[in-house]
Amino acid sequence: MIPAKFEYIKASSVGEAIDLLEKHGFDAKIVSGGHSLIPAMKLRLATPEVLIDIRGIAEINTITEEGNELVVGANCTHHELTINPLVKEHVNVLAQAAKCIGDIQVRNRGTLGGSLAHADPASDYPATVLACDATIVVQGKSGSRTIAATDFFQGLFTTALGEDEIITAVRFPKVTKGTYQKFFQSASRFAVVGVAAVKDGDGVKIGVTGVAGVPYRATVAENAYDGGSSCAVHAVDGVDDIMSDHFADEEYRSHLAKVYVKRALEAL
Amino acid sequence: METFIGKPVKRREDARFLKGAGRYTDDIKLPKMTHSAFVRSPYAHANIRSIDISEASKSEGVVAIYTGADSCGTFGVPCGWQVDFKNGETMREPLHPLLAKDKIKHVGEAVAIVIAETLEQARDAAELVQVDYESLPAVTDARKAMEPGAPLVHEDWPDNASFDWCIGNDRAAVEAALNSAHHVTEMEFRNQRLAPNAIEPRSYIADYDVNAGKWTLYTSTQNPHLIRLLLCAFVLGIPEHKVRVVSYDVGGGFGSKIYHYTEEALLTWASKEIGRPIKWTSDRTEAFLTDAHGRDHVVKSKMGFDKEGKIVAHLTDEYCAMGAYLSTFAPAVPTYLHGTLFQGVYTTPLIHLNVTAPFTHTVAVDAYRGAGRPEATYLLERIISKAAKEMDMDPAELRFKNFIPPFDGVNEPGYQTQVALQYDSGNYPEVLKRGLEMVGYQDFRKEQEAARKNGKLLGVGISTYIEGCGIAPSAVVGSLGARAGLYEVGAVRVQPTGKVSVFTGSHSHGQGHETVFAQFVADKLGIAMDDVEIEHGDTDQVAFGMGTYGSRSLSVGGSAIIKSVEKILEKGAKIAAHKLEAAEEDLEYAEGKWTVKGTDKSISFGDVSLTAYVPHDYPEGLEPGLDFSSFYDPTNFTYPFGTHIAVVEVDADTGKVTLKRFVACDDVGNVMNPMIVDGQIQGGVVQGVGQALLEEVVYDESGQMVSGSYMDYAMPRADDIPMIETDRTVTPCPHNPLGVKGAGEAGAIGSTPAVVNAVVDALAHLGVTDIQMPLTPQRVWKAMQN
Ligand SMILES: Cc1cc2nc3c(=O)[nH]c(=O)nc-3n(C[C@H](O)[C@H](O)[C@H](O)COP(=O)(O)OP(=O)(O)OC[C@H]3O[C@@H](n4cnc5c(N)ncnc54)[C@H](O)[C@@H]3O)c2cc1C
Repeated sequence: MIPAKFEYIKASSVGEAIDLLEKHGFDAKIVSGGHSLIPAMKLRLATPEVLIDIRGIAEINTITEEGNELVVGANCTHHELTINPLVKEHVNVLAQAAKCIGDIQVRNRGTLGGSLAHADPASDYPATVLACDATIVVQGKSGSRTIAATDFFQGLFTTALGEDEIITAVRFPKVTKGTYQKFFQSASRFAVVGVAAVKDGDGVKIGVTGVAGVPYRATVAENAYDGGSSCAVHAVDGVDDIMSDHFADEEYRSHLAKVYVKRALEAL
Repeated sequence: METFIGKPVKRREDARFLKGAGRYTDDIKLPKMTHSAFVRSPYAHANIRSIDISEASKSEGVVAIYTGADSCGTFGVPCGWQVDFKNGETMREPLHPLLAKDKIKHVGEAVAIVIAETLEQARDAAELVQVDYESLPAVTDARKAMEPGAPLVHEDWPDNASFDWCIGNDRAAVEAALNSAHHVTEMEFRNQRLAPNAIEPRSYIADYDVNAGKWTLYTSTQNPHLIRLLLCAFVLGIPEHKVRVVSYDVGGGFGSKIYHYTEEALLTWASKEIGRPIKWTSDRTEAFLTDAHGRDHVVKSKMGFDKEGKIVAHLTDEYCAMGAYLSTFAPAVPTYLHGTLFQGVYTTPLIHLNVTAPFTHTVAVDAYRGAGRPEATYLLERIISKAAKEMDMDPAELRFKNFIPPFDGVNEPGYQTQVALQYDSGNYPEVLKRGLEMVGYQDFRKEQEAARKNGKLLGVGISTYIEGCGIAPSAVVGSLGARAGLYEVGAVRVQPTGKVSVFTGSHSHGQGHETVFAQFVADKLGIAMDDVEIEHGDTDQVAFGMGTYGSRSLSVGGSAIIKSVEKILEKGAKIAAHKLEAAEEDLEYAEGKWTVKGTDKSISFGDVSLTAYVPHDYPEGLEPGLDFSSFYDPTNFTYPFGTHIAVVEVDADTGKVTLKRFVACDDVGNVMNPMIVDGQIQGGVVQGVGQALLEEVVYDESGQMVSGSYMDYAMPRADDIPMIETDRTVTPCPHNPLGVKGAGEAGAIGSTPAVVNAVVDALAHLGVTDIQMPLTPQRVWKAMQN
């Protein structure tokens, strides 16, 4: 459990971090909370030569209200999201998801930006980010851009983030009512299934993580929504990359997805 | 005068553990110490075509690299137990090499050791060792390993069997009784493979002192003397008197640290080669891949009953995986530690167990908390509960019908089983009665009925276990294939000031010896606990020792100490008589002094001690000093027993099991420290629940371990477990001086079937009769669908 040698640089601004990323290119990796990257390095599954630490950059560690949106800085820790009054008031579903992550040590270190960039298919945030129709704000050499949540997740550990880009914030439209329901994997306690459901006028938006290689919006179920929970039977309709492991094979995972969409709708 | 036996004295060792001040092997830093890393096979079965160490050798800080081509390549670690085939053929015992030379037999097998100035350098260089493997098909399942055409683990033999074995009554008689039985219950299942997961990974430092020509091996082991013996006499052929093995604090073992591992021997060898100390500490991945695993039995069983529900016969066939090599005690586990418990607590008149023990392309299997006895208990307690359901009887009632009646082993004789053992003493109905009261069994049945109507799935599961502990009478185990004696050594050295040092060959790696042993020594000598110090874990301090496993520390190790205490008191009485000018017969010893009966003339333990070392006014012909060492070889095993009852709720939608209550009424004989006994029971129960619901080592078809981290191997956590409600009865062991039976493994033996019985009970109305362990939500849900 000893990582290969690496150089460590602490960046003091987003601009500096981007410059460093450009300078070191493929050899470099951003580190924020370190709670996905460092374990991978200890197992030597990741062997970056340079670590650019963005954890100390205050400008992306803020939570602010901007009109109908809550802008959450990428550096905010999971724990911060569970206790922040603005999050609890306007995007409570995010606070609920954050609360389900790991244990208190993990929540005190791990960050929203790090989790999204890592894009573990069993991580908790993607369901919420999708259900909220949030946008991911990223910054690179050529400036800042936003990526819709539905475009952001592209595959196992793969996102739309460019190689020279850093997530700076996530913009969450305010939510009137939302809920996050999770079935914990018994060893890792990541999500076997995580479902975020958010009220959308008379309709509902449902984000699902853990089930497929790419987290998704359960649009068939959303379209069939009639105010009750019977549309949950459509939780995996149209999803073709359902995951399988010794805790949950395809059949059981699909079943759990339906159960958890149902539970989420009932909790709304 | 304060006494200590039977009191919940706080553990002395905890202060240093809680403050992070324990002395674990990895904490030790020696001058000029080097560090090491292993190159391990990613394949389960492969030919090694070549190993290229040229790049690695040039890497910064590298001191030496050794492979199987070096002279260490001829050494192998031995097996300590021989079980021959039923037809007389000798047990097939392959060389277990320190480094694989031509062939890989399991994932994680070491092919090279890299020694460097720092651990980082050793790891970096290990990555540069180039091994060219030719991957071959593997077999990881015990039953498949015995199918014709299965890949052979060792090509010297025509099939994968290491040995086969049977115990009990004549098979034909058992089969005949089953054929004419009123009812026969059948079961087929796997007692799954478990990883031991001690919190402290294995850690070793070998230190060869060039000038003295002596070795010191610091090792995280449960039995330092045995390691020294095996290392010197059976592996390296080095002189035992020149080797010191030290095992200070050890962070849990659960069996996995009994065995002599290849890394221990290789470091010891290499330390002389380089003339410097070498450290190796396993990381968690290596622990999963290389610590000896537990269980892994494939079981097929039948139990027959008469009209009244009395058991008439029990027949079982098992395939018990050995892994790629025979670990130190491996052959004993599915045989003498397993088959001998098939009587359980029942009067079954006819029993037959047949075992086939194949090699598989996996890490070795050996004793893991309970060792063979949890597997026996699981089978018996599951099949009886299944039978009760089939015969439409209450599972408690069926047990009461079949219990061996109470016997104390003193006025009533011990109980002779059909499977070689004679139980010491027991009152089996009583613990079940108490357990049922504790859980409120009748009320629960009503609650369960009502809950079912509301779609809520509640279940209760009973297990009434017995285990054989206090391992073991040497002559008995010797006749059964053990290559060692299983006595224990206890020495008591009274210092001139009356302070007492106790040396035990037993070893504490979590049990609390420093507290419990001091409790009874203080009481027997009538002195303060603070005046007694317990030393263990250093072969230079203690004459010999067989270490700690099989719940033997107190019953065997404690008895050896008692023998020495008695010798101290006997000699002390001679000195006291001389000083008091009285006859020895006229003295009595109490509260730390000898008193002439009926007078107030007395002399204290301290004064006698001083006299023994300053023998000016001293009995003629008596040696000075007050220092005795004793060997204690038990006359029988000890037989703790108890009842465990679990209450569960099953989520009807997901199959997730919640353990609502857990009740344990155990009988471990006399209790020295109830707090420690409760702790042992609770810890064991949690481990047993882990097996029932969560834990499983999974190998895929190619022999890769897919559960080799805590991301994939589920250990029980605090929030998986309710408060464990404990109570006990006390049936003293009649054949050891403290009357103790042992408490270390009971929890892990009784609990597993209680939990599984509870889940099956919760789903019985849906037609569920059995679920394969661990009862993951997926398995439970699937069982409900069928
Ligand atoms: C014991 C344990 C339990 C856990 N349990 C859960 C769980 O239940 N649910 C769950 O969802 N997660 C869980 N996690 C993962 C945890 O949430 C991680 O913290 C998170 O996935 C990564 O965030 P981080 O800040 O630690 O990122 P890091 O580990 O620092 O980085 C992760 C990756 O993201 C990149 N990165 C980091 N920040 C940025 C950024 N701002 N812009 C661009 N790229 C960036 C890094 O280069 C790296 O590739 C667990 C982790 C541990 C150790």
